[in-house]
Amino acid sequence: MTTTVNSARNDSRSMLAFLDRSHTIAKPGYSRWLVPPAALCVHLCIGQAYAFSVFNLPMTKLLGISQSAPGDWKLTELGWIFSIAMAMLGISSALFGRWVEEGGPRKAMFTAGCLWAGGFLLSAIGVYLHNLWIIYLGYGFFGGMALGIGYISPVSTLMKWFPDRPGMATGMAIMGFGGGALVASPLSVWLMSRFTTATHVGVMESFVVLACGYFVFMMVGATIVRVPADDWKPEGYVPAKAATKLVTTNDVYVYDAVKTPQFWLIWVVLFLNTTAGIGVLGQASAMSQEMFPGHITPIAAAGLVGLMSLFNMGGRFSWASLSDYIGRRNTYFVFMTLGFLLYITVPYAGGSGNVVLFVCCFLIIVSMYGGGFSTVPAYLRDMFGTRYVGAIHGILLTAWSAAGIVGPVLINYIREYNVTHGVPKAQAYNTTMYIMAGLLVIGFLANLCVRAVNKKYHMAAQTGAGMGALAPETAA
Amino acid sequence: MMQTPNATSAPTPTIKLALAWSFVGIPLLAGVAQTLINAMKLFQ
Repeated sequence: MTTTVNSARNDSRSMLAFLDRSHTIAKPGYSRWLVPPAALCVHLCIGQAYAFSVFNLPMTKLLGISQSAPGDWKLTELGWIFSIAMAMLGISSALFGRWVEEGGPRKAMFTAGCLWAGGFLLSAIGVYLHNLWIIYLGYGFFGGMALGIGYISPVSTLMKWFPDRPGMATGMAIMGFGGGALVASPLSVWLMSRFTTATHVGVMESFVVLACGYFVFMMVGATIVRVPADDWKPEGYVPAKAATKLVTTNDVYVYDAVKTPQFWLIWVVLFLNTTAGIGVLGQASAMSQEMFPGHITPIAAAGLVGLMSLFNMGGRFSWASLSDYIGRRNTYFVFMTLGFLLYITVPYAGGSGNVVLFVCCFLIIVSMYGGGFSTVPAYLRDMFGTRYVGAIHGILLTAWSAAGIVGPVLINYIREYNVTHGVPKAQAYNTTMYIMAGLLVIGFLANLCVRAVNKKYHMAAQTGAGMGALAPETAA
Repeated sequence: MMQTPNATSAPTPTIKLALAWSFVGIPLLAGVAQTLINAMKLFQ
């Protein structure tokens, strides 16, 4: 009996040891090109969050089947599932960033996979019992935690494998987050159509299938991911011996990074870029139909939204890759300047009835929205070094959560105010566009203020009382 | 190619790389294709 218990304990220990960072160090010969697919395994799954809305309408008819019945959930109640998940994304990435960084990518990916699949399964139980609180807990709380941990899990690993192209490397992974919705949306619709009958809406079964599929996918990512050995570098790559103006060769401890003005300036830049983009992204369908009544039909508007998703995803890879050549700060200058010009062009496009110009403006704007997310990890790496970049990135993602609240509120309320004060619907968004352009001017100025981090924050330079109290190597 | 010059272990087989990229690439391309089909409605 005792032998059996000990054997079980040893098995679980060896399973847990498999997840440790020390067991993920790559042997010589391991190709770094296996790491982006590992990262994509996670990001493609958690990117489903952007497609969760496809379940909203069916979940309003779980009792009534063909139409909502008394006791069925309302859309406003269901909207909270996504909101809780996004809030948890910011909270968990900030709280668990250091744990992710020190525990290694495999442990983080494994945890994210368990939470993501577990969240879906718990939500399936919530649908079965028709208890919305269980779904808030399942998809909202646990799923949101998976979003935060999963999102940051491969970031620093990718940058260590690709020190020569950090923007491109993180761009590939974060592109997957944008692409996840493109996969999940048609897949979810197809699954629901398979499981729905005349007397039953197939949401629960779809959740179970998605949970199993996503779990397998994320475990594959966790299995193939590796971290490079400390002395590893790409062939032919010569690391810079001295820091350049805006690229450091030192590391800054995570909790020291948040004390620097650079962290908060980049936070503001990301917040404003995201606020401007998220407002447009969420309202593109309604806005295009109201600005071009008779020209853009609901079907065409749906096509525009699809095209915007593609540009959102493509922008994540292309802008981040471009930043390897022109620099991170310059990339954000492009976002702010070009974004400003495009936002003030939208009212002109609406006024002149120029649909092509309007669509082009929106597609470029949304590509820069995606590019803002994918370029920021490399920007943080330039400022604070590679060692704690994942954890610092995790805290920075609170800017995303904040923008997720401010962006849609700003665009909805200003439109509502304009419409109730007699402004024609076609022009109701003009003020919002000018406000978004104004936000980007502030973002431009914040980006302009970004300078190299003061040496006193560098981990190697820290001595005595000034050091971060929790910094591992200074505490050791 | 991606290893330090003093590395001695066998490099990652190409088939493993192809499988890993196909595993994520095929669903992603399917999603992109489906979205493009839907997006074409904008031009109809």
